[in-house]
Amino acid sequence: MSIQVNAIRSLFPILHQEVNGHPLIYFDNAATTQKPAAVLDAIQQYYEKDNSNIHRGAHTLADRATRQYEETRESVKTLLNARETAEIIFTRGTTESINLVAKTFGPKFIQKGDEILISNLEHHSNIVPWQMLCEQTGAILKVIPITDAGELLMDEFEKLLSSKTKLVSIVHASNALGTINPAKKIIEAAHAVGAKVLLDGAQSASHLEVDVQDLDCDFLAFSAHKLYGPTGLGVLYGKRALLEEMPPFLGGGEMIREVTFEKTTYNTIPFKFEAGTPSIAEVIAFKPALDFITSTGKANIHHHENDLLQYAVELLLDVKGVIPVGTAAEKIAVFSFTIQGMHPFDVGQLLDAKGIAVRTGHHCTQPLMHRLGLEGTVRASFAVYNTRAEVEVFAQAVTKIASLKNK
Amino acid sequence: MSTIADIQNEIVAEFEILGDDRESTIFYIMELGGNLEPYPEDFRKDEYIIQGCQSRVWLVAEEQGGKVIYKADSNTDITKGLISLLIRVLNHRSPKEILEAELDFIPRIGMGNILGSQRSNGLASMMNQMKRYALAFQTKQNA
Repeated sequence: MSIQVNAIRSLFPILHQEVNGHPLIYFDNAATTQKPAAVLDAIQQYYEKDNSNIHRGAHTLADRATRQYEETRESVKTLLNARETAEIIFTRGTTESINLVAKTFGPKFIQKGDEILISNLEHHSNIVPWQMLCEQTGAILKVIPITDAGELLMDEFEKLLSSKTKLVSIVHASNALGTINPAKKIIEAAHAVGAKVLLDGAQSASHLEVDVQDLDCDFLAFSAHKLYGPTGLGVLYGKRALLEEMPPFLGGGEMIREVTFEKTTYNTIPFKFEAGTPSIAEVIAFKPALDFITSTGKANIHHHENDLLQYAVELLLDVKGVIPVGTAAEKIAVFSFTIQGMHPFDVGQLLDAKGIAVRTGHHCTQPLMHRLGLEGTVRASFAVYNTRAEVEVFAQAVTKIASLKNK
Repeated sequence: MSTIADIQNEIVAEFEILGDDRESTIFYIMELGGNLEPYPEDFRKDEYIIQGCQSRVWLVAEEQGGKVIYKADSNTDITKGLISLLIRVLNHRSPKEILEAELDFIPRIGMGNILGSQRSNGLASMMNQMKRYALAFQTKQNA
């Protein structure tokens, strides 16, 4: 089955507008995706009909809100093929999910002299929490190096693994380059030395099949807003045994079983990690986004996006001055590039003048940019609603911009 | 001699010829950056950098015969173009003229909308720094 892109586009109201006198071409999907009308309707519907605080409410509205909230947890469980809904924790985003693990799993399981392994591809949100943990515990952060194409050096990774390795926290698909890491191999190798693995799925969850049982990752973090859902909502998947052993993250309401001034006992998972009133509307509105992904089919989405990526590469391959950045064999649909003699920011501004939205800069991966000897790149990232015609307009615009400095 | 206001009016008139097309406006600004005098390499140091977001700007000024001479550079062409305009407006003016100047040509040439918040903030820092140099020279003159 292939994608009916026009039918899909009709589900996304925001796409049907002009920007700076041109039809909007939204190629900033790795930053955030647009939302189908069903997601917007669900937010409206929630506040119009069901707004109420969840759990413990003795009235109908609270019951409705709670039921819908928990239905989304069920959908996430299905999406990830988790064993049970208790392993699905709602957070504010990927960043908070990773920080949750760093602040709870970290002090409990990681001690002075232990090692945490990340890679040179990581987003700052998968670097800084571990640096903070290392500062706090005296653990050591080690970095898996990469090739110039942006692929992990797997031999080096295996050399870095040892009985001191307690955690490997690694990006599944790179936001800056698109590289898909061999997650299953990494997890197997890490488990062989007794290390746990956190997979940063911010970019992979919307594009690839992510089956946590098949991968056997210990944690997986991602954000709803990159899966056509609302902002301010993330997911942390964790294996039950680990989540149960970990201390709570934030203290407050919802996460307790019983509070006295002498001693407080904590709620069971996942509620132990969901202190306070959560983003109820966002969680509820995430379900139609997941339904959209399921009904479209992850394999179809990946196939369509990959076609767009290959087409962009084909159209820009021989354009003088255009230098692709990140040429891994396995990629999600991220086309990162620079133009000889031009700053990415200027390129982005010129594309914006044509209604084309891209991201420019270091993409929160400064160590990666440093490794590649770049200050930043221009990044076009594709989603299910993008078209070949849009890629053509983009390629024409890039070609014209490149010709300014590359005669 | 024409005033700061006169030069700003000149610039606005030049940009009016370009019309509303954003791309042409940006191309023109980038071209203007090519007119900047070479920046003295001795001053390409961190202490002369004006903190923007994605683009870097170096700015230095000296006083000659009671007038302020600015030299500046950037690693992005659009910013270089904007700098060249600022320098065209403010160079060879007395500190008093610079401090009293109402710089309004950026929004008048439609660049306020084009730049977006990141670059607009950077440009505001640039103008502030230019005025700070003028203030320093004025203080020295009055001492």
